Amino acid sequence: MAAVVDIDALSAQLGVNWSEVNLDSIQLPPGNNFGIESDDEAVYHDDQSEFDTGFGNIIVVDHLPVVPKEKFEKLEGVLKKIYNQLGVIKENGLWMPVDPDTKMTLGYCFIEFNTPQEAQNAKEKSHGYKLDKTHIFAVNMFDDFDRLMNVREEWEPPQARPYVPGENLQKWLTDEKARDQLVIRSGPDTEVYWNDARQKKPEPVHKRPYWTESYVQWSPLGTYLVTLHKQGAAVWGGADTFTRLMRYQHSMVKLVDFSPGERYLVTYHSQEPSNPRDASKVEIKVFDVRTGRMMRDFKGSADEFSIGGPGGVAGASWPVFRWAGGKDDKYFAKLSKNTISVYETETFSLIDKKSMKVDNVVDICWSPTDSILSLFVPEQGGGNQPAKVALVQIPSKVELRQKNLFSVSECKMYWQSSGEYLAVKVDRYTKTKKSTYSGFELFRIKERDIPIEVLELDNKNDKIIAFAWEPKGHRFAVIHGDQPRPDVSFYSMKTAQNTGRVSKLATLKAKQANALFWSPTGKYIILAGLKGFNGQLEFFNVDELETMATAEHFMATDIEWDPTGRYVATAVTSVHEMENGFTIWSFNGNLVYRILKDHFFQLAWRPRPPSFLTAEKEEEIAKNLKKYSKKYEAEDQDVSLLLSEQDREKRRALKEEWEKWVMQWKSLHEEEKLARQNLRDGEVSDVEEDEYEAKEVEFEDLIDVTEEIVQESM
Amino acid sequence: MTMECVNPEGLRFNQMRSSSHQTLETRMRPILMKGHERPLTFLRYNRDGDLLFSCAKDHTPTLWLAHNGERLGTYRGHNGAVWCCDVSRDSSRLITGSADQTAKLWDVKSGKQLFTFNFGSSARSVDFSVGDHLAVITTDHFMGVSSAIHVKRIAEDPQDQVADSVLVLQSPDGKKKINRAVWGPLNQTIVSGGEDAVIRIWDTETGKLLKQSDEQVGHKEAITSLCKAADDSHFLTGSHDKTAKLWDMRSLTLIKSYTTVVPVNAVAMSPLLNHVVLGGGQDASTVTTTDHRAGKFEAKFYDTILEEEIGGVKGHFGPINALAFNPDGKSFSSGGEDGYVRLHHFDSNYFNIRI
Repeated sequence: MAAVVDIDALSAQLGVNWSEVNLDSIQLPPGNNFGIESDDEAVYHDDQSEFDTGFGNIIVVDHLPVVPKEKFEKLEGVLKKIYNQLGVIKENGLWMPVDPDTKMTLGYCFIEFNTPQEAQNAKEKSHGYKLDKTHIFAVNMFDDFDRLMNVREEWEPPQARPYVPGENLQKWLTDEKARDQLVIRSGPDTEVYWNDARQKKPEPVHKRPYWTESYVQWSPLGTYLVTLHKQGAAVWGGADTFTRLMRYQHSMVKLVDFSPGERYLVTYHSQEPSNPRDASKVEIKVFDVRTGRMMRDFKGSADEFSIGGPGGVAGASWPVFRWAGGKDDKYFAKLSKNTISVYETETFSLIDKKSMKVDNVVDICWSPTDSILSLFVPEQGGGNQPAKVALVQIPSKVELRQKNLFSVSECKMYWQSSGEYLAVKVDRYTKTKKSTYSGFELFRIKERDIPIEVLELDNKNDKIIAFAWEPKGHRFAVIHGDQPRPDVSFYSMKTAQNTGRVSKLATLKAKQANALFWSPTGKYIILAGLKGFNGQLEFFNVDELETMATAEHFMATDIEWDPTGRYVATAVTSVHEMENGFTIWSFNGNLVYRILKDHFFQLAWRPRPPSFLTAEKEEEIAKNLKKYSKKYEAEDQDVSLLLSEQDREKRRALKEEWEKWVMQWKSLHEEEKLARQNLRDGEVSDVEEDEYEAKEVEFEDLIDVTEEIVQESM
Repeated sequence: MTMECVNPEGLRFNQMRSSSHQTLETRMRPILMKGHERPLTFLRYNRDGDLLFSCAKDHTPTLWLAHNGERLGTYRGHNGAVWCCDVSRDSSRLITGSADQTAKLWDVKSGKQLFTFNFGSSARSVDFSVGDHLAVITTDHFMGVSSAIHVKRIAEDPQDQVADSVLVLQSPDGKKKINRAVWGPLNQTIVSGGEDAVIRIWDTETGKLLKQSDEQVGHKEAITSLCKAADDSHFLTGSHDKTAKLWDMRSLTLIKSYTTVVPVNAVAMSPLLNHVVLGGGQDASTVTTTDHRAGKFEAKFYDTILEEEIGGVKGHFGPINALAFNPDGKSFSSGGEDGYVRLHHFDSNYFNIRI
């Protein structure tokens, strides 16, 4: 209101009569916005991306034979025959223009299909079709013509945009209290919190309802948060709040994946086929995260992108493209039938321009740090040709090591996080071929000639329920045996003498566990009993081989360590109806706090980029931990003192407030005493027993007095 | 006689205070009273706290000795589930409301029916006024009859009893059940709550609606239970929205709110300590796992002032439908969907809880 008054005053001063001014007539000169930014920018863009002429189902076929009137029908017949195989042509959907003077055709025609998908399909399939030697079809979408015609004749130099300094995308790492962030989704809301363990509660950072249309995901180094929308994906980040940094147009995007160095974003969309017998249509795009440019797109049927089994209607298995390890984001690989296609990101094309032919390969796995690809080929020819696990160096495609395995039913490959070891779990048939048993083949990648060692469990017939490498370490944990009380064993790739032999550290008998969660710093592990075990948690120290704590998060479905290994979150997501929410524990199993949220969908810690400290420096810090921790302990104590002070204060306030109510009730009760007595036909007693007793005592006194009077009168 | 003691099923009080997370366990043997064949619906102690009345979906309200759970007798005559009961201040009269579309007056001692009020629909709740000369009875909607609150005059001599209502109050939405209606201070008001999640205060003199709970702070789903303080100053409501709320009875001010994880079917307030008890549990039909813990069939204790959970009493194999505190505050009983009444006498640890 104040502003309007000011304006009125000013206009009066200047002699402007507002009633004579037509606001609509005022227009800014083109190209100058006087620094006023249009606030419908977002709307404008979205409209553009969805711009659709409605001619999406029409294709234009060029390079047709030019025929006279007599042959017109014959050509039309041929065209109908060709295109009816590729889709359903609408009634009167084929139109071949005729020159009105010569009555000859013009050498092109328009074909309208029922759906844009059919048109797209027809375009792709018939482009380049050879009708005869001189007539090779050139097929375009009708919609593309406008675009192609609009290309300007003259080249215009792109305008250099002024440099706008970007926000510090890593600012969250400089948090004074060195806290970690986590994102949760519950109901329509997506929220980012600091995990403030000292305050025993999360501190909100950012909250947005309907931030994403399906899920959210952090980039591998934590810089970006990606959200999925109908129009495509978007990444968010920034110094203080989450602002949109970039958008990637990919309509109806279903899944996304980052390259490990977060340079590229892969988006995936699959379209269910109109004919249920066909495979789904899959479209994958690779974007440069920072510029938003699409680097390459891949289209095809789901079968071409699925690994192992057929993709079918469900679509391909994700991620289709597996990124080679390391921060360079140099290579990514795709597995399809009998081929491994390795692309490099400099040109986004195949290495050596061709895929690798590997017959019957079913699984590939990159080393997390080097460009080494491990692959598995199952047994062929009923056992005549053994199964094979091989390591291939990229880009040279040299086979570094391979091992043949016999009577194998299945293999699974597990890389250790620093790429030093590869464990291959091998399920073999017993002699009768009726059952299987499991063993491990352990590869030492960093040693000369890559030695392989075979490890069998003490009891060969034990089923292996879970396997996990210690991050950055040399140990691994295995859950084996029969449900409901399997055993957990720990192994080390080193022996006490530091020779290269695998050795068993310990076996814990009869644990209620079916999943393993190593702390990201190693040393600590959670043996978790999810699903059937209702959320049993055992916090175990592998250095000391002792249980630090056991706890239960009833019905827990998800467990995730924070990136520093200080805290761990357990969550009950909305697969259950009850008790949705999450709990934060310290690494040693102390409950820090618990948050309940209905319709809880997702929890994800914000990853941190790897530390810049050298291994030696880290070791030094670990050695002198006491010195460093003193400062933090003091801080912790201050906070906890403050907290208890605040807590006391809050309790006192609540008590006082309650006392006030009670006082008010008491006085009102007292006021109404007579009225109540009347309602009870004169019965004196009230509910309070002590009041009742007090009156009784008075009455006795009275009797005493009367007795004395009687005595006196006598 | 069916009364038995079962293995100590503990009363577990856990303290979840800021720094240390300790568990304080007290063991007490609940008395398991197996007199009903169907789910319990309501429990009521008399003023002296020596008698306990229980109502269930079978047709016979039952009277128990409150200190040892001995069954004294049953009140036979209803022909449907009994939803609610109230006992007069001198423990001579009992009033019961039933799904057989009647409310009945009984002689507590002899078990004789004194009078039957007939309605066109199920009688959901009953409550004697201060002085026991009036009773408020709520009825459900049924076959075009909308739900209503009836006030009946209760004659001193059963011979003089008449069926006419002194006052009939209609809820704005007649299609929603009124689950509970009780008398306010000095019988000047009636407080009601039901499926429409709104608490209403009515003037008994004029029949006018005086106040109703604010949509913002009030319950979001059906109110299932309502229990008032002994001095009629405040009351506690439990709702399917998984909360219980404490209100000032005169001004309908929301004072406290207690949040739990399951729908609340029953509430009670300790007359002795600043404790409230919430009972409930997932509806039997939506329990997805076989584990009885999943349903949370626990009576949860909360600190009245701090709104913090103190502990819980487990034991029922189904949702808790009824809760009542003994007027002396030293014992309480719970009635479950499983057909049992569990009578708990607190041991000394309970009275020393500090949070």
